[in-house]
Amino acid sequence: MDYLFTEEQKMIRDLCRQIAREKIAPIAAEYDRSEKFPHEAIKIIADSDLFAIFVPVEYGGTGGGVLDLSIATEELSRACGGIAVCYAASALGTFPIVLFGNDQQKKKYLPDLAKGKTIAAFGVTEPEAGSDASAIKTTAEKKGDYYILNGTKHFIDNGGEAGIYTIIAMSDRNKGARGASAFIVEKGTPGFTFGKKEDKLGIRASVTSELIFSDCKIPKENLIAKEGMGFIVTMKTFDMSRPGVAAQALGIAQGALDVAVKYARERRQFGKSIASFQGIQWMLADMATKIEASRSLIYSCAKMIDSGNTNVAKESAMAKLFASDTAMQVSTDAVQILGGYGYMRDYPAEKYMRDAKITQIYEGTNQIQRNIIALQLIREAAK
Amino acid sequence: MRGSACSSAWFSGIDMNIIVCIKQVPETTEVRINPETNTLMREGVKSIINPFDMYAIEEGVRLKEKVGGKVTVLTMGPPQAEAALKEAISLGADEAVLLSDRAFAGSDTWATSYTLAAGVRKLKEYDLIICGKQASDGDTAQVGPGIATHLDIPQVTYVKKIEEVKDKTIRVERMTEEGYEVIESSLPLLITVVKEINTPRMPSLRGLMRSKQAKITVLGVKDLDVEATHLGLCGSPTQVAKIFTPPARPEGEKIEGTAEEIAVKLAEILKREK
Repeated sequence: MDYLFTEEQKMIRDLCRQIAREKIAPIAAEYDRSEKFPHEAIKIIADSDLFAIFVPVEYGGTGGGVLDLSIATEELSRACGGIAVCYAASALGTFPIVLFGNDQQKKKYLPDLAKGKTIAAFGVTEPEAGSDASAIKTTAEKKGDYYILNGTKHFIDNGGEAGIYTIIAMSDRNKGARGASAFIVEKGTPGFTFGKKEDKLGIRASVTSELIFSDCKIPKENLIAKEGMGFIVTMKTFDMSRPGVAAQALGIAQGALDVAVKYARERRQFGKSIASFQGIQWMLADMATKIEASRSLIYSCAKMIDSGNTNVAKESAMAKLFASDTAMQVSTDAVQILGGYGYMRDYPAEKYMRDAKITQIYEGTNQIQRNIIALQLIREAAK
Repeated sequence: MRGSACSSAWFSGIDMNIIVCIKQVPETTEVRINPETNTLMREGVKSIINPFDMYAIEEGVRLKEKVGGKVTVLTMGPPQAEAALKEAISLGADEAVLLSDRAFAGSDTWATSYTLAAGVRKLKEYDLIICGKQASDGDTAQVGPGIATHLDIPQVTYVKKIEEVKDKTIRVERMTEEGYEVIESSLPLLITVVKEINTPRMPSLRGLMRSKQAKITVLGVKDLDVEATHLGLCGSPTQVAKIFTPPARPEGEKIEGTAEEIAVKLAEILKREK
């Protein structure tokens, strides 16, 4: 389908496709096995200005929108969902500064993030605060010109590798959700260390770690927006980033379909290519149709956000829900089409299936996405 | 007219004028030859920058990033060769010049290097010319050396490393079959580079945006100081009788075993080959 991209969007697509094909695809299996952080790939992505996409022009970026970022994430994910999430997670960690940071914070942090000299991470999840983000226990106590952070974040993508962390902590426990605030914490700040590095089912090229704050003293200038704005920062950040997770799922699904089509054409059984069998053809047709439907939904949602519409909770939840469920189904079908080979690690199909699963879970499980959609439907009907 | 060498030193930040000569070639390695004229047939084949020239572009851009200055890419070809020049700009080159004229068509390596040398003269100031060691379609490796000869400047072929750039001199490593030579030369100089010299970068988003808007200077016969009889098919002394791929060199013999066994086997071979 032709989505009538601008010249710049076509450039982003073609550039990311080239990087994915020439630089990421050849190393994807190796990083999946070793679970090492893909520094070489991140450097290529940085040198190609892709980290600049999500930073405004006045702070060293190219000022691209959510659609631009979705296109980039999709193409990179097509080769490796793990390497792509290192990129996308930096966007996630950068959004709070772009959306709510003051000029001083933007000047200090965004130029290096745009260059990819350092990457960012976003920390809200805690062992006892997953879907219920209001249950976070990490505290930020104001003392003079500083905030003192105490607590533990876990499952944080880019944890340990990122230089800049946006962290949600309770500055006033008595106020519940309204007592949360967002802070910028630099790697190397005394009292800020990294705990367990997770051993994951998929997206294994990305690093997912625990962040430990133990009397971590940060200057009060590192508060994003105002005290008590933590959840608004989080929700608005997720509204922006959800199409990105959806795009990651879309790329994984497309990559799995690419593998399945190629294999179906090459594999011969009963004296014919298996692509000539209607059973396989119908599977491929369903896979491709669901992928295209996901793409249309994601791009439409991204364009809506880029047009300045802030009332996008339902649409971005729909995009994330549909694309990630599609990724899981399509990648599972790709394994099925490859049969025994699909199950083997020497063939690329199973990795797509493992990488797909997380997209149904993080940045709001798909059950939470359904809650968001339903709540919005009920609200709209009550108007 | 000689290029005027400006002073430059490693990391000095003094501007260096670098010219990179590139060629647009058919992507396929299965090049078809017109049996009547014995020249390359380009129709219907996707065009790319000659892979060896990608190393030349990268080295030019890296050098510029170290010492400062400007990279100008130069090519001779049909109007569609502009795409190759734009790609070079997306990879970090600053300016691009296309030598394009019907009179240039059918040039052999002599006429091509004569024309490119005229293009270089037109650019006036240059310190270093970088070419890929050869083109993937013709495989002659003659155009780089030919340009240096027409310009009457020194040349070093098969460069695998630029060691140092100083005031009006440069030191490079030239790859040979046995190892490498370290050569110091005055500037201006022409080098041809081998793939060992670097790993070409990916294009960047900003580079692509710049290349989209880049204005390519197009020069024809009228713009160059050239003799019409030295151009194109008529100006080409080469008469191609037949084109074929030479047989590959046989592999060397590997002697394995303990040091003693190897010594014995080697002595036997030397005796036999005496």
